[in-house]
Amino acid sequence: MTRLPAWVEYLLIPLMNLTMAFAVTAIVVVLVGESPVEALSVLIKGAFVYEGSLGYTLYYTTSLIFTGLAVAVAFHARLFNIGGEGQAYLGGLGALLIALALQDWLPGILMIPLCILGAAAFGALWALIPGWLQAYRGSHIVITTIMFNFIGAGIMVGLLSGSLMRPGQSNPESFLFADSARMPQLHTLLGEYGIEIGRSPLNLSIFVAILACFGVWLLIWRTRWGYALRAMGESEPAAQYAGVPVPRMIVTAMCISGALAGLMAINTVMGDQGKVTLQFPAGFGFTGIAVALMGRSHPFGIVLAALLFGALFQGGTELDFEFQTITREMVLLIQGLIILFSGALSLMFVPWMERRFARKVSA
Amino acid sequence: MTQHKDTPMSPPAVQLTSITKTFGAVIANDAVDLTIPAGTIHGIIGENGAGKSTVVSILYGFYTADSGSIEINGQPATITTSADAIDRGIGMVHQHFMLVPNFTVLENVMLGSEDGFLLRKGKAATRKELQRLSDEYGLNVDPDAIVETLPVGLQQRVEILKALRRGARILILDEPTGVLTPDETDRFFDILRGLRAQGVTVLLITHKLREIMEVTDGVSVMRRGRMVAHKQTAETTREELAELMVGRRVELTTPRIAVTPGPVAMEARNLTWRGTRGVARLKNVSLQLRAGEILGLAGVSGNGQPELLDVLAGIAPVQEGEIIVGDRTINSGSPTDPAELRALGIAHVPEDRHRRGLVLPFEARENAVLGYHNGPKTGLGRLLSPRALHTHCAELMERFDVRPPNPKLPAIGFSGGNQQKLVMAREIEPEPAIMLVGQPTRGVDIGGISFIHAEIMARKAAGCAILLVSVELDEIMALSDRIAVMNAGEIVGETARDDADYRRIGLMMAGVSAEGDAA
Repeated sequence: MTRLPAWVEYLLIPLMNLTMAFAVTAIVVVLVGESPVEALSVLIKGAFVYEGSLGYTLYYTTSLIFTGLAVAVAFHARLFNIGGEGQAYLGGLGALLIALALQDWLPGILMIPLCILGAAAFGALWALIPGWLQAYRGSHIVITTIMFNFIGAGIMVGLLSGSLMRPGQSNPESFLFADSARMPQLHTLLGEYGIEIGRSPLNLSIFVAILACFGVWLLIWRTRWGYALRAMGESEPAAQYAGVPVPRMIVTAMCISGALAGLMAINTVMGDQGKVTLQFPAGFGFTGIAVALMGRSHPFGIVLAALLFGALFQGGTELDFEFQTITREMVLLIQGLIILFSGALSLMFVPWMERRFARKVSA
Repeated sequence: MTQHKDTPMSPPAVQLTSITKTFGAVIANDAVDLTIPAGTIHGIIGENGAGKSTVVSILYGFYTADSGSIEINGQPATITTSADAIDRGIGMVHQHFMLVPNFTVLENVMLGSEDGFLLRKGKAATRKELQRLSDEYGLNVDPDAIVETLPVGLQQRVEILKALRRGARILILDEPTGVLTPDETDRFFDILRGLRAQGVTVLLITHKLREIMEVTDGVSVMRRGRMVAHKQTAETTREELAELMVGRRVELTTPRIAVTPGPVAMEARNLTWRGTRGVARLKNVSLQLRAGEILGLAGVSGNGQPELLDVLAGIAPVQEGEIIVGDRTINSGSPTDPAELRALGIAHVPEDRHRRGLVLPFEARENAVLGYHNGPKTGLGRLLSPRALHTHCAELMERFDVRPPNPKLPAIGFSGGNQQKLVMAREIEPEPAIMLVGQPTRGVDIGGISFIHAEIMARKAAGCAILLVSVELDEIMALSDRIAVMNAGEIVGETARDDADYRRIGLMMAGVSAEGDAA
């Protein structure tokens, strides 16, 4: 048995996969008649350099950390939670209901944590049912979580155009969150101390996301529960042998996964829009799958991958703006290629690397 | 077809010269030479990972050697695919049969040589060919029997027929006796001798010294990727072969320790257990385990032993009957789980260490607490302490001589014997009162076997009640105080070790109940 050095496995190979994705994108950019160097420069400036752009990038990163962690936790149990989108959507409802119910009584210091819990609880609930069905009824989690995205979307459309719809609106969107239930944005917070940063929706949720990363790391790698979860993911027969209550673990793992996806709502709904709008998760639940895949289901990797996808999303807006021939779809193309090279073709360079770097580790 | 006439002057059937094959940084075969005279039965023996499988895989075209040359019947041969090998008259019977279970014998033998769009012609030709082979080699099988309804011994015969149908004159057999009863093994050896009489060259890969001594003409010994010796079987002994395999002197027998059995520690009463399709895998199984005694459960693999171990260990629920441990009675109304049984002092070394006993991608230190991960030794409260795991694992590795002694190495990186030592270490360390041990030495090298046997014997001496499940009759005979035999989910007989002999146990394993059995 051979093993690659850690820096090759976790740094060099992902970088090479990424380079391949960008190389193919460059060819497409040339084909549409633009300069790839210029496009890349706009992409980078748009994501990090222009005023406020870094804030936007980090704002998207925050959402992706939540949905990426959600997919990762389930994946450690070898459960494919494809329902992040629906769980995030329902998470928004959870935060909204708490905010509406308590807006007359509570100050922000109590209100915000309760809304966060509400978002997590509703996300968990939306994953609990598919989890239970998988654990005790054998329905496949991939199918049920996809279905629950649709069911969730249906419920939300009904509510947002019905009882939760703010009067006087032509679009289905909810009542507004009270000020006490809004996540403070960083540029206003820092502004109070005289520090000027560009306007962006970046808010305190990013710290919740970082806490969640630490929490997930602790849970998976440092607790007895995480040990049992990983054992179950790697080998269910071995987990049964060890006395791990497999069905119960499946349900719990899905609930934690759903709660993390639900937390994405606090970034978007409480941190930026101040209301629940139609389709607010905007595909970030699905992009979380790519983030977890690229981040190897490890919180640290997920932060890096979320930053990459967040930068692409923000930089892509700028690409669209600057070039006549390059549209937002180009960003989807890059995302697709990154997923292709770091997911489906992620082992492409491995045999080649093994010839160069492999060390013998067996006895 | 012309009859082969092999004169003493004919070139060797197989000659490998200086074959080298590496996988990454691992040298699987290091300048291996092998000469097999035509019309002989030749054994290759060696421990797991010694490179036996790699040699035959190169000969059969699964792998291509990095360097070295192959000659078949004196002709240089380039073999890069199995088709090349078949063209050269080489056939292979794999350890795990490659048969379509719900096809007939005829259809299985025909597979790959259907000869045209419609099956009629191919079927007729195959039927004629089967008749010829049956006449020539005495390999009788009903061509229209469905393969899955045949006993394992006959299924193996179908595999051999498949190879011969394709014109094999050199037959490679990879661990062919693992699934056979002693009686079936004897008949199987008769077939090999018959093939040899017809001029077929047989290459037998095995780890069982007894079989080498019984049936082969010549034997080659491999160790760590090298051929270390070629011997005429008549001129060597088991002890010499064992020493060549391991590279040092080994004890082939474990000294027995006499202990007066204590009270019953665990009892199973009338256990009946059905699988998912309602097929009874266990029928009315009763047994008693006594402190300071080893009960050996013999039987051909697949006769209900895994199910019995799973039920006794709490992995599968008790459906009918009951299990009594101390003053706890477990039945369908009062189920248990592996965690509770561990707390009651039952340790379990599972039959399949790759699937159950270990989480292969986990580090050794994580595997060293599998099942005990909620215990006080592994951390505080809900947290697991990597440092505690590390120290605990390092201690076990030292005490049980697990190599390499690296707690951070994933389980998959250890050899079979060291993986098993790790599992044994984990289960023995809490000093259980009862041990359920399944196939403790499957895939373990000779040096490891004597170590593991000695550990089991030491547990018995310490007063542990032990159930030893093994398909290796030698192992059962070497360790047990009482022997029970399982066939088709039933205990067909039980006898004291001192009254047992191979023949009688072998017959019971085949389902013939021993008449006049006092048990």
